[in-house]
Amino acid sequence: MTLSEKTDPSAKKQRNWAATILIGISIIYLLFILYIPTLNLFYFAFRNGIGPFFANMTTPAFLHAAWLTFILSVITLPLNTIFGLCAAWAIARNQFPGRAFLLSLIDLPFSISPVVAGLMIILLYGRQGWFGEFLQEQGIRVVFAFPGIVLATAFVSMPFVAREVIPVLEEMGKEQEEAAKTLGANGWQIFWRVTLPHIRWGVLYGLILTNARAMGEFGAVAVVSGNIRGRTQSLPLFIEDAYKQYETQAAFSAAVLLALLAVVTVILKEILERRTHSNRRTH
Amino acid sequence: MAVSSHSQQFPPNYRSKRQSLLETIAQIPWTWVVTYVYLGIMLLVPMLAMFTKAATESPENIWRIATSPIALATYDVTFVTATFSALLNGVFGSILAWVLVRYDFNLSIGRFTLPIKNFIDASLDLPFALPTAVTGLTLATVYSNNGWIGSWLAPFGIKVSFTRLGVAVAMTFISLPFVVRTVQPVLQEMEREVEEAAWSLGASKWQTFWKVIFPPLFPTILTGVALGFSRAVGEYGSVVIIASNTPFRDLIAPVLIFQRLEQYDYSGATVIGVVLLLISLIMLLCINLLQAWGRRYDVK
Repeated sequence: MTLSEKTDPSAKKQRNWAATILIGISIIYLLFILYIPTLNLFYFAFRNGIGPFFANMTTPAFLHAAWLTFILSVITLPLNTIFGLCAAWAIARNQFPGRAFLLSLIDLPFSISPVVAGLMIILLYGRQGWFGEFLQEQGIRVVFAFPGIVLATAFVSMPFVAREVIPVLEEMGKEQEEAAKTLGANGWQIFWRVTLPHIRWGVLYGLILTNARAMGEFGAVAVVSGNIRGRTQSLPLFIEDAYKQYETQAAFSAAVLLALLAVVTVILKEILERRTHSNRRTH
Repeated sequence: MAVSSHSQQFPPNYRSKRQSLLETIAQIPWTWVVTYVYLGIMLLVPMLAMFTKAATESPENIWRIATSPIALATYDVTFVTATFSALLNGVFGSILAWVLVRYDFNLSIGRFTLPIKNFIDASLDLPFALPTAVTGLTLATVYSNNGWIGSWLAPFGIKVSFTRLGVAVAMTFISLPFVVRTVQPVLQEMEREVEEAAWSLGASKWQTFWKVIFPPLFPTILTGVALGFSRAVGEYGSVVIIASNTPFRDLIAPVLIFQRLEQYDYSGATVIGVVLLLISLIMLLCINLLQAWGRRYDVK
């Protein structure tokens, strides 16, 4: 336990009624908002036993949704990682006017409603959109098809890698990189041998968060996908669709799968945070 | 990622005036090109498309759509409920952060320790990681009239699922971590000596809290509240599942945009989208200002 680092050893002695009340309030609050709902999820998925749970995992609609979700993550991760590393390097290694503005710009996808993100994609690539006519002539469908879903997913998970890598790069400083340069290393060598080993946990952390968001995105994908079962339905869309069709068991089975992904994300995040010994960062 | 420093400054130094535009562009480090091109394609061009689409309507029309009774009702549900949820998390999130930083409540039984505190600390990230559709599904079930919590509330006439209260529960869930995770590091770095000094000078615990601990913490709490609010305003997935999405009752603005799009009413969707986007931009500005205010206390 690394507890002794976190808490004051004298804290225990000072525990009084105020502490007991505050801890109690916290736990009750979390029970109602977080723990009971999460437990409920697993209960409903498995209340009829393991059989129905797995039966739902073999329906074509579910398999397609799971496959689509997986592919989305496979495409989005490298895109956002390359962008994230470039943006982080540009921001952490350079001082220039408008730096704070660029930083806010990168954060923007977090504060834009996913539905608005989807709307923007429709206004660009939809039938009446800027590129709509051109794309139609080429026979390419973006909206209500796979490319639109990829765009929406990449949009909402765009900032994670950059956000996680910037503080690590800043903390590292550029002395070592400059030393490597004077010793004759080229850009790639410096990146692979000097920079990357330093920032790898930050990058990994960003990747985990990007993956969780990419696989779980609902709003933006719902707007651009058209929500066609077995064709443009990702797992989160499948959950809502199944729930609305009163296929509760199917909805909860799929939800548990995504919830497990979330639990793994949280555990990995905790491990990485302990490894880097850094302060907790907010999103 | 190239790291040669002299040619990487941006904008590059233009040494020769005979350089063509192409050569100048070729001199920009490619990391910059990737950053700006990706931001442009993914963020700036789409935003521009939305603003120009909104601008094709006449100002009167924009105003009429943006302030139609149904739109005003959705703003009421969205912004008032998001404010309520953000403030609720402001209070309970601060308590949680305090409890996690200051108290040790891992259960020790002999040599065996039950890491309750570590578990709570780690589990606070779950709302970030849990897909919103999953959140909506389970909250709707738990808080429905025959759900685990809903069935206890039903005898008192309190309906949660498919009402505005349900919207509040969903918004509270998804914005839960913001205040805790913003306040926690600040509280951790705050020095106990200052408090102890206040005590030794005869201040009561309550005075110490109000005069010593609270002032530097306040901007941080507000930042967390603003972050939670801005997330709650944009939330779609969990709310659309737990609410009945009835206009004038529990319809939120993002769902209204979605419904407009389903009716191929692109102008209507765009105008309300622009309203939401402007609110997001204002919130981003507020958060930046709040963070600058909070940094005033970082005297080291």
